[in-house]
Amino acid sequence: MTFNKKILTRSIAVAAAALLASVAQAEMSDNEVRIGYLADMSGTYRDLAGPGGLEALKMAVEDFGGSVNGTPIEIFSADDRNSADVGASTVREWIDQRNVDMVAGLVATSVALAALKVIEDKNSLGIVSASAASSITNEHCAPTHVHWVYDTYPMANGTAKAIVDQGGDSWFLLTADYAFGHALEEDVTEVVEESGGTIVDSVRHPFPTSDFSSYILQAQGSGAKIVGLANAGADTVNAINTASQFGLVESGQQLAGLIVFLNDVYAMGLDATQGLLLTTGWYWNMDDESRAWAERYYERMGSMPGMVHAGIYSSTTHYLNTVAELGSDDPVAVRAAMAEKPINDFFARNGRIREDGRMVHDMYLAQVKSPEDSTHEWDLYEILSTIPAEEAYRPLAESQCKLVNN
Amino acid sequence: MTMIFGVPLAVFMGQLMLGLINGAFYALLSLGLAVIFGLLKIVNFAHGAMYMLGAFVTLLSMRYLGINYWAALIIAPLVVGLFGMLIERVLLRRIAHLDHLYGLLLTFGLALIFEGSLVNFFGVSGARYPTPEALQGGFQLGFMFLPVYRAWVLGAALVVCLLTWYMIERTRLGAYLRAGTENPALMQAFGVNVPLLITLTYGFGVALAAFAGVLAAPLYPVSPTMGSSLLIVVFAVVVIGGMGSIIGAVLTGLGMGLIEGLTKVYYPEAANTVIFLVMILVLLMRPAGLFGKEA
Repeated sequence: MTFNKKILTRSIAVAAAALLASVAQAEMSDNEVRIGYLADMSGTYRDLAGPGGLEALKMAVEDFGGSVNGTPIEIFSADDRNSADVGASTVREWIDQRNVDMVAGLVATSVALAALKVIEDKNSLGIVSASAASSITNEHCAPTHVHWVYDTYPMANGTAKAIVDQGGDSWFLLTADYAFGHALEEDVTEVVEESGGTIVDSVRHPFPTSDFSSYILQAQGSGAKIVGLANAGADTVNAINTASQFGLVESGQQLAGLIVFLNDVYAMGLDATQGLLLTTGWYWNMDDESRAWAERYYERMGSMPGMVHAGIYSSTTHYLNTVAELGSDDPVAVRAAMAEKPINDFFARNGRIREDGRMVHDMYLAQVKSPEDSTHEWDLYEILSTIPAEEAYRPLAESQCKLVNN
Repeated sequence: MTMIFGVPLAVFMGQLMLGLINGAFYALLSLGLAVIFGLLKIVNFAHGAMYMLGAFVTLLSMRYLGINYWAALIIAPLVVGLFGMLIERVLLRRIAHLDHLYGLLLTFGLALIFEGSLVNFFGVSGARYPTPEALQGGFQLGFMFLPVYRAWVLGAALVVCLLTWYMIERTRLGAYLRAGTENPALMQAFGVNVPLLITLTYGFGVALAAFAGVLAAPLYPVSPTMGSSLLIVVFAVVVIGGMGSIIGAVLTGLGMGLIEGLTKVYYPEAANTVIFLVMILVLLMRPAGLFGKEA
């Protein structure tokens, strides 16, 4: 009994001391700005963010001079192995024991949501750059995180609308059978039907799948003009490859990739992907400013950056600028101040952070080049049109976010 | 249109065809596993990695040495087979007298090392290997468009499976092999070099996996993780067929391909699990597997 009492009084004393300490703390916590980079460094999503994203983060810190107003910046990084448990416990440790001020990266949706929950409980700050789910700033929105590069809404919206407008009005959907695929399927169905098209049929495939021949055969039998791929990563790559083997395009159908990344197109090659329409948040070859940054990245990584890599650089720089102006790395204050400034850099055009935490910026409708038009191995996209920032993302009027007054 | 359980006949036939082709892959891979387990009692968890290495040797030898697909069909299994023999000599032999579990752990560890090292160099997106010139295009079968390459895979895999079965069950060398594993001491007394025989067998089993890897290279993206995703299914096939049964591995491989193909039409959500369901049923009713000898 006395023993328990002792422990109790001691822990109260410790807690009180900790509270006092945090009140008395200088504006930069422990005289360091600490950034944690959490990403899949070895699995399915490695090439999408992974080591390249860490390098982009380091570039941002180096370009910033390695310190904010004289306070050094320290970077931590960890492999989440696409496991929500690993992700959540890593972030908890970072915040509790290493006083990490901001968590960057955040790739697979399941991991990102688990990590963001911890961040919300601890009142820290998360900047999501690689996860696709639009729910991060919809039903899962919180005042402690920001979603940077893209999400499923503009990806589905931009691509599907453009295709229906060009006459592709009957669709067959090939959907990855898990939360992300279902969300994407719903978004696409809505856009296609609103634009005057119809969904003829759809099939849900297990995640992940390596052999798509059976589903492609069903798509061919459906008679739809467009075969929409509501999946991502390796699944999309495998589906496109299989479609090319079965002569899907030759027999008069067209493929629509809804979540396609630069590294996917590079891996598949132009023979299999030419003509594919897609939406992207950024492309390395879109203007001089982007090219200049991309070439610096290329020298360090040996491959061209995708939109996620560029977005990690952009968001980290915006974060550090805000910390410098504010003279504090207090997560809540920084998050609020980040939303007050417009974002215009080599990555984001007409960017701003909305009250739901969504960083909206111009998106681009792109088409994969044919092998004849491509001048070198990374010359992969042609940008067809710009989707303005305010039209690209889910309108706040439709938002279910608790931070938005509807 | 004729319908079979609510599915057009054409689609149904197409799915059967595809199931058969996938089954041929399962057959080829589980055959190698069955040979290694049946004769050496090694549960070779590195089998998927060997399949992946076969595909990588094919890809890299074309990229850096200009070796074409047809040459790779011979070279890749040879290279990977020799590599397998090295592993058997240097590592597996040292633990041959221990429980099977150690072999399983060792080969599993090796598989992780191979996979991890290649991820480090090549990433996971995978690279594409072009379909060889002569096998491009396809046949219009009426009920489906069959790519020539897939037809070739089916044929090549079946021929190799039959040759292997013939060699082990019907030739003198095969007889030595079977006898050597049954009673090594006696075989040694007859003047047969049993350790060499074991090394060769492991090399051969691994070469079969590498051969499947070459066949797979133009079909799937060549990536370091391509083997691990297939390995579990192949193990299930071997268990269903009866551990160590050669003809069982081949027939079960084809059969499972068909069952999986049909599941993709009628209930696609279960396509990845149906093989394991069959495995559970078989283990409940015939614990030794469909073609297993020990009851």
